[in-house]
Amino acid sequence: MTVLVIAEHDNKVLAPATLNTVAAAVKIGGDIHVLVAGQGAGAVAEAAAKIAGVAKVLLADNAAYAHQLPENVAPLVAELGKGYSHILAAATSNGKNILPRVAAQLDVDQISEIISVESADTFKRPIYAGNAIATVQSNAAVKVITVRATGFDPVAAEGGSAAVEAVAAAHDAGISSFVGEELAKSDRPELTAAKIVVSGGRGMQNGDNFKHLYALADKLSAAVGASRAAVDAGFVPNDLQVGQTGKIVAPQLYIAVGISGAIQHLAGMKDSKVIVAINKDEEAPIFQVADYGLVADLFEAVPELTGAL
Amino acid sequence: MKVLVAVKRVVDYNVKVRVKADNSGVDLANVKMSMNPFCEIAVEEAVRLKEKGIATEIIVVSIGPSTAQEQLRTALALGADRAILVESAEDLTSLAVAKLLKAVVDKEQPQLVILGKQAIDSDNNQTGQMLAALSCYGQGTFASKVEVSGDSVAVTREIDGGAQTVSLKLPAIVTTDLRLNEPRYASLPNIMKAKKKPLEVLTPDALGVSTASTNKTVKVEAPAARSAGIKVKSVAELVEKLKNEAKVI
Repeated sequence: MTVLVIAEHDNKVLAPATLNTVAAAVKIGGDIHVLVAGQGAGAVAEAAAKIAGVAKVLLADNAAYAHQLPENVAPLVAELGKGYSHILAAATSNGKNILPRVAAQLDVDQISEIISVESADTFKRPIYAGNAIATVQSNAAVKVITVRATGFDPVAAEGGSAAVEAVAAAHDAGISSFVGEELAKSDRPELTAAKIVVSGGRGMQNGDNFKHLYALADKLSAAVGASRAAVDAGFVPNDLQVGQTGKIVAPQLYIAVGISGAIQHLAGMKDSKVIVAINKDEEAPIFQVADYGLVADLFEAVPELTGAL
Repeated sequence: MKVLVAVKRVVDYNVKVRVKADNSGVDLANVKMSMNPFCEIAVEEAVRLKEKGIATEIIVVSIGPSTAQEQLRTALALGADRAILVESAEDLTSLAVAKLLKAVVDKEQPQLVILGKQAIDSDNNQTGQMLAALSCYGQGTFASKVEVSGDSVAVTREIDGGAQTVSLKLPAIVTTDLRLNEPRYASLPNIMKAKKKPLEVLTPDALGVSTASTNKTVKVEAPAARSAGIKVKSVAELVEKLKNEAKVI
């Protein structure tokens, strides 16, 4: 049994989600190989080789893989993957984009966003916005799986000494091309990896008022998130959205400010260790999942909280 | 240009679902069903392409029980020209659905296929990508903007760190994200007119597609409930609890 893990990276840095994915691979058992597909991604391959528990790193360095277009990367993964028992990728926008294409090419069903490994062929995953947990068994020759990072504690990034092997295969389907990208810049911790997350909802009233949350987040070294209502109203960019259709987080502390707590939002944060809700409506559903609830006007409570820390 | 839109009948997003006592699945008896919200966005985008004169015909397809005709009629009322139902009473996997859609794509030869990025019941986020693989078409997933020009389509995609734009050769597959558009409501006259629009019913057998699956759902459980929390009276009490009781700050 050998597991192939697709590395999540930007050609320069290995993303932390890869460590959670390797952790899921460790639970499955067997040798673990990591595939780095990109362009000029040598440093990423070296970082992957140092991950504890990784036996081999495959580096497919080619212009066709520069932006990890699924039309080009999926045939590579499908070709390499035939020799493996499992193919795993993080359930990031990249992993979700590429892996189903791989599964279809291998003619197997995929299992999306697993949160636990029961055995080498049985996994648990949330369905219906996290309102039910399904146990799914796969009898596919190659099991194709995306891993929800918050379900697995990351393995150590150091301690391994795997060999890096170059993969020559170059697939360029020629049906898609990268035009450009616009990435949001932030000095705060990455939302999905942060230990503390402070999120705002419609109750913030406008984008300018998020400054209260940024001040609180800076005191706590926290990441800032948002509900769909806050994103749709244009208060903050959409990559801050926490929920079924946004990011899934499970920090030590999640502070929900001015968020009512719709099931779609809860799906993204209800596995947080401690949940604090600050809302002036004491009937808001968020109080049903909050460990500590404070019924108060957020424009008074949040600055007071920032001052008290 | 012919546009094909796939829609799924799912439990309404406002319903709080319950797991069945025998852990065989989720109880969907007497529960309100609707069109999956991402599919509504897909239909809306197709209708807008038609209003811009880019799309000439919109075909809407659903794969599921005969009751999915309701969702197809809704799509027809929103502006689709005709509908296809591939009737199957079984719970199909994304791969089976993708294979059935591939058969419909082969039959209809659309230039653009629009799907939602995920269905809110299975939360798989797979079908569009799988259809793209089976058809050997380019895929523009999680689209927040779609611009057709000549024989290609530029798709702006929502990615983890922000947005990315890719250009795909037509025919291509697009899956919709929430911010692509704001779906319209069907007007009463259009709902009446939709009843007269053509709706073809097919079966997986007629399309020559096997819906066998490599996955099996062993059981479905309710998630672990969170223990009830407490309400604090002041910010000072909250800080004290977080420091000394929860020990998270």
